[in-house]
Amino acid sequence: MTRSTWLKLAPYLFTIGFFLIWEAACRLFSISTFILPPPSAVWGALVQYQKPLYTNAFHTLWMTSLGFGLSIVVGLALGLLVGSSKLAYAGLNPLLVGFNSIPKVAVVPILVIWFGVGWLPPVLTAFVISFFPIVVNVATGLATIEPETEDVLKALGASRLDIMTKVGIPRSLPYLFGALKVSITLAYVGSVIGEQNASNLGLGNLITRASADFNVPLIFAALIVLAVLGVFLVAIVDVVENRMTGWAKRSQMGNT
Amino acid sequence: MTAFVELYDVTHVYGGGDGPPAVEGLSLKVREGEFAAIVGPSGCGKSTMMKLATGLQRPKSGTVIVDGREVSEPIKITGMAFQNPVMLPWRTTLQNLLLPLEIVQPHRSRLRANKAEYVARAEMLLETVGLKGMGSKFPWQLSGGMQQRASLCRSLIHEPKLLMLDEPFGALDAFTREELWCVIRDLHAQRGVTVILVTHDLREAVFLADRVFCMSARPGRIIAEREIAFARPRDLDITYTPEFAAIVHELRGHIREARAVA
Repeated sequence: MTRSTWLKLAPYLFTIGFFLIWEAACRLFSISTFILPPPSAVWGALVQYQKPLYTNAFHTLWMTSLGFGLSIVVGLALGLLVGSSKLAYAGLNPLLVGFNSIPKVAVVPILVIWFGVGWLPPVLTAFVISFFPIVVNVATGLATIEPETEDVLKALGASRLDIMTKVGIPRSLPYLFGALKVSITLAYVGSVIGEQNASNLGLGNLITRASADFNVPLIFAALIVLAVLGVFLVAIVDVVENRMTGWAKRSQMGNT
Repeated sequence: MTAFVELYDVTHVYGGGDGPPAVEGLSLKVREGEFAAIVGPSGCGKSTMMKLATGLQRPKSGTVIVDGREVSEPIKITGMAFQNPVMLPWRTTLQNLLLPLEIVQPHRSRLRANKAEYVARAEMLLETVGLKGMGSKFPWQLSGGMQQRASLCRSLIHEPKLLMLDEPFGALDAFTREELWCVIRDLHAQRGVTVILVTHDLREAVFLADRVFCMSARPGRIIAEREIAFARPRDLDITYTPEFAAIVHELRGHIREARAVA
């Protein structure tokens, strides 16, 4: 087999290998299903509870996408503001860092007090946990414009808005996509935390109920569904990224 | 002699504070259509002079006059090229060339409706610098020398009256550099644009320019001005004549003095 076929197969082989080792370890050390269920038991739970898993996963996907969408919009706007104005950077930086240092689990009860139990707390938790990397990366993209590029445009009488739209935004796109991949997984964390504490639906809620029943295989089944959803969304971001910022990945183009 | 670009007793301090001036008591005059070169030891404020003349920086004292008007903001009739070609990697070479037209009036409002005309203009420019048919390539698919040619095209696309070149050939190998000297020489001859070239390379200055200014070490001012009287069009062969070597040698002396003072 050639190197490139191996590269293509690697994600599948590694994943299968991971589950095989897990299964073997469970059997070898005869670990109780109650502590760590083997993949076969998790698969059993997946099949047995496929209907609730499916509906709740769909709900979580929705919550995550809404929160993620919100954090793209707000993160982009804040990032452009912070990256293009020294004053905004100086003023907002401590606030943003401080806000991001707050554990978001602690925010959920406040959201419940404000909005009650329902779909808003998970969406907002997903949002607050995932917008920060977007702000930081977009701001970095803007702040690292070559001074010569700015001079060329300024000498022609370009306004700040011109420089932003012609250079700043396209230039920060690779940074934005890097941030999106971090953010999307954080958004899942956020929506699940929100659902665990403040929702009657979603995988987070399902996990809370399963743990109350000591149904450990179901907990693991829900976690695996979450992992698959995460991989799926990051893959979508990857495709869009390659479409929009292929120019930034030229060093890898030589290898394909 | 009427000056097209005139700096009179200009002093500039970066940041506007009381720090050491980058240039002090700098005066020079460049005529319309003239090719001027500015040479000097590194860090002497050559690039500062460029920023002052284009209005990117405002002097602390003194006056800068370009095309009969005192410069108080970016003057929009300049094209610039730097040692780093700074092409935007997400645009093709052709789209990079069109960038100034998206900014500067009157082209900005005409561009959309007259796209074909401007694309033709850009392609013609590419052809004059030997990049025919390269417009669809991305800048990172071009060699360093080709990128610098494209960068020159970009600086000329809006037909500026003043062309500012800040060590545009500094990063190129000797052969490519000499090729590009000829490209610049021909562009200047064709278009009658006023050129100010900042360079470290004395041979480059003497070969290309009508007038060479030597700057002192920081704070920079003009310590010598030398007319270069070789007939145009000049051939690369003149760089090997004794007359040429004598002028380079003379300028070398000025630079040595400038460095010794520092």
